[in-house]
Amino acid sequence: MNDVAIEATDLVKKFGDFVAVDHLSFEVKEGEIFGFLGPNGAGKTTSIRILCTLSSPTEGSATVAGFDVVKKGDKVREHIGLVSEKMIMYDRLTARENLRLFGELFSIPRDVLRERIDELLQLVQMEKWADHQIGTFSTGMKQRINVIRALLNEPEILFLDEPTLGLDPQSTSEIRDFARSINDDSGTTIILTTHAMIEADMLCDRISIIDHGKIVALDTPSNLKKVIIGADTSVVELDVPNITPTLVSHIQSLPCTQTVTVEDETHIKVHASGDEACVNIIDAVRSGAGQIRSIHNVEPTLEDVFLYLTGHEVREQVADKVTTKEPRGHGPRVQSRIR
Amino acid sequence: MGAGSAIRHALWIAWKDLLDISRNRMGLAMLILMPLFMMGMVGYIFPSNSGMSHVPVALANLDAAQGNASLGTKFVAQLEALNNKTGMMDLSTVGSADDVKSNIQNGHQSAGIIIGSNFTSNLKTGKQADVTIVVDQSSPQTSSLVQTVLTQTIGQMGTQTATYGLNQTYKTPLNVSLAQVAPYIVQTTGTVPGQTNYFSFVAPGIMAMVVMMSLMTGLPHAISYEREVGTLDGMLAAPVRRISILGGKVIAQTTRGMLQGVIILALSILLFGVSIQGSIALVLGLLLLTVFSIVGLGILITSFTSTEETATMIMMTLTFPMMFLSGVFFPIQQMPQFMQVIAQFLPLTYAVSALRRVVVLGVGVQAISTDIIILFGFGAILLSVALLAFERAMKR
Repeated sequence: MNDVAIEATDLVKKFGDFVAVDHLSFEVKEGEIFGFLGPNGAGKTTSIRILCTLSSPTEGSATVAGFDVVKKGDKVREHIGLVSEKMIMYDRLTARENLRLFGELFSIPRDVLRERIDELLQLVQMEKWADHQIGTFSTGMKQRINVIRALLNEPEILFLDEPTLGLDPQSTSEIRDFARSINDDSGTTIILTTHAMIEADMLCDRISIIDHGKIVALDTPSNLKKVIIGADTSVVELDVPNITPTLVSHIQSLPCTQTVTVEDETHIKVHASGDEACVNIIDAVRSGAGQIRSIHNVEPTLEDVFLYLTGHEVREQVADKVTTKEPRGHGPRVQSRIR
Repeated sequence: MGAGSAIRHALWIAWKDLLDISRNRMGLAMLILMPLFMMGMVGYIFPSNSGMSHVPVALANLDAAQGNASLGTKFVAQLEALNNKTGMMDLSTVGSADDVKSNIQNGHQSAGIIIGSNFTSNLKTGKQADVTIVVDQSSPQTSSLVQTVLTQTIGQMGTQTATYGLNQTYKTPLNVSLAQVAPYIVQTTGTVPGQTNYFSFVAPGIMAMVVMMSLMTGLPHAISYEREVGTLDGMLAAPVRRISILGGKVIAQTTRGMLQGVIILALSILLFGVSIQGSIALVLGLLLLTVFSIVGLGILITSFTSTEETATMIMMTLTFPMMFLSGVFFPIQQMPQFMQVIAQFLPLTYAVSALRRVVVLGVGVQAISTDIIILFGFGAILLSVALLAFERAMKR
């Protein structure tokens, strides 16, 4: 087989008038961890569903593991594993029964299946819970079983759609480590969708930033961050104990300022351009009688990249921190974005 | 993927569903209680025989007595004597025709008998005497029953009186007098020996209905629910044919429905005294055929609706009238013309009618072959349309 795991060409998916996926084209190489990063409603899940043959594209085509998703759906399904946003588990069945059911659906020979289930359960340290009903598990435990369920058929390509959504920090890091080790050990190609920037940054070899059904940028995390630096933009974080809304709007009105984000009661983060940016911001704060406890340049995060490219934040949780709120799914629009 | 793996996958999915059902204790209890309630309710609410017992009846004797030879009083005595034997009425004497009316209106009595004021004089002068039966129009079923029984009773009393009179006047022997007065005797007989009760009529219908309901509510749950919670995606993203998923669901729901059908059958025999005249295998076979005939409808609706809630609502809207129109509780022949026409387009109608004839009349396959063919036809057409719709719905 060639070394392209997934190839999408001009994928379009419309629901009535709503265009969920808008001419998406990309390639995923074998063995890569490829990230889809974007806010809710950006079209990540819809794209995944098309690639998993759960939904047919309105236009365009895609091949997964060398098979066309529309014409050779059955072949595609043999080579993929899916961990979707919603757990694919039956609560009244035990972990082992769940795994057995899905193993049988993949027509795995019985003795091979039995062994594989034991191995996988060991891998996620769930062997002692194997014969308990899933419904009695914590979300983290469920997700571990859910992930190994997707690995039963030893897929070449594993789709992880928001695998850590709603998990506690410990389970989150376990799942991330696990995804990393699957990729390292068996060279499984992983397609990861997430709106957690850290997750994408940690795991992905390449990331496509997707917004309103379109790919806004596609590159390695470090290259993406360079976009900001290359654009002569610096990110400055200030600790100002007596910050006021007037002060914030004053900083916004500076010619060098692109966006201002209020991080918490005392911290603000400013995207600014030009050599004089730092000095200008300090002057502005001082003239507004603000005390600066600390100021430093920060390494841009993917969050900053996303903000820079799309003009809005990724996670709706950030809505608490900025002054204006927008409906769910589009992310809050940050005040005064000057381009 | 061959047919073998398609069937194996279907069986695994059915295994999963049945395991799920069997571990839902509450659901399992309902599965058994529902048929029990159904039989109990229907059996006791609907009249189990056409006789009446202890119906409160007001009696007004307005006969203007001529001396001590009041024939009205004699009539009352004769009625009471008869009633003491059968116990069909609780007679209470009232003073006037208005009392009879107001007692019925107040709900104290269900019917009334008024003996006319010229009762004795009419009879004495060679005329017919009036007896009026007053019925309660607010309860049509009771009133028609009362009317029939009282008319019969009073007719019988007339025959007795006439026979006796003939015997007295012309000295004809009593049996000859009776043949003169009432020359015809009517006997009613069924095609199988023994009495049938309402349970025998209703049990086959309820069996078919419960199997249908079980399937029609179980299917949308099984499919739409899984779609909503996302587990359906797991099966759809596995190399499993759509038909296997559907097949598994249908097998599981049919098993559940049949289980309920068998519970009803057992209850009917053990608790409600229904005797199965035909073969039990044929009854079970017919129940399966009933499932086949309507399963397509269930799939069709599930395919067209996106949530479990709407699917269940549509199912209910469809199954409820179907229950009544197909003659489960009331004979189709009693319905207005247009309803009878609608009933002809419901598979359940044929299922109920065939089941009834097997259970009550004990007929074999031969006698219900038309129904079997029609049920097959319904099933084949509905199922093929449904499979197309399902295939398309899964691709949304």
